[in-house]
Amino acid sequence: MRLISLICVTMAVWLLFSGIYTPLLIGFGVFSCILVALIARRMDVIDHEGLPVQLGANIVIYWAWLLWEIVKSNIDVAKCVLFPGKYLEQSMFTVKVSQKSDLGKVIYANSITLTPGTVTVDLHDDEVMVHALTRGTADGVKSGDMDRRVTKIMREE
Amino acid sequence: MEILDLGLDILTWAAILIGCFFVIITGYGLLRFPDLYSRIHAGGMADTLASFLILGGLALQSGLTLVTVKLIFIIAFLFITSPTATYALAQATFVAGLKPRVDEGQLDDTPPTDKVEGGKD
Repeated sequence: MRLISLICVTMAVWLLFSGIYTPLLIGFGVFSCILVALIARRMDVIDHEGLPVQLGANIVIYWAWLLWEIVKSNIDVAKCVLFPGKYLEQSMFTVKVSQKSDLGKVIYANSITLTPGTVTVDLHDDEVMVHALTRGTADGVKSGDMDRRVTKIMREE
Repeated sequence: MEILDLGLDILTWAAILIGCFFVIITGYGLLRFPDLYSRIHAGGMADTLASFLILGGLALQSGLTLVTVKLIFIIAFLFITSPTATYALAQATFVAGLKPRVDEGQLDDTPPTDKVEGGKD
């Protein structure tokens, strides 16, 4: 099942990147996609982490929400650059993560880093250490809104 | 169609100009902030919104072609690789033992001095 979806994804990427649709080149594409899929299966990397199809459409909704968060926090950090005396208030703290799988933890830690103003410094068993630039961005992580959303898309409630 | 083209041009200009504004702010922040950790935050702006806006503006200009698809792929790759690189930098700094400056009023949480020990293993 995952093997077939890997072949479909790599084939779609081939078609989108090549742009030349002659039978010869498409044949090369089919051949190399199947070869890649077979090598990946032999390497045993086609699992729930290598090809997370189980996330489905939820991850797209999450990305849209994350993009909006990135826009908001970019404006916060830009304000902080222009007026550091007023906004700059660095802090470092740890928060609990509620995801159990490694993939969920990585998605959460990467989301924290992706929003400017907060950077993941360390990820231990179920604690993540965060460095925050301003009080507002620190409170955003401490409120746990992002944590709940990641747990929801991982279906680990 | 004229109006549509004009609208697309205006949107492209707005996206690229706002993107350039964020890049300038990033450079200014890199010079202005006091220590390495806060400079990572400033660099994060060029990684995220600035590059998304500039590449998005270019995608608007190229229309519905394969070039647009490739630009969107670049954005998707940046979306995954840039936080990983930032995390690698922050983690390396932390393990090397550089303590972050913590401003007054935030000390009540976890004192970072104890945690530096824990990060070394």
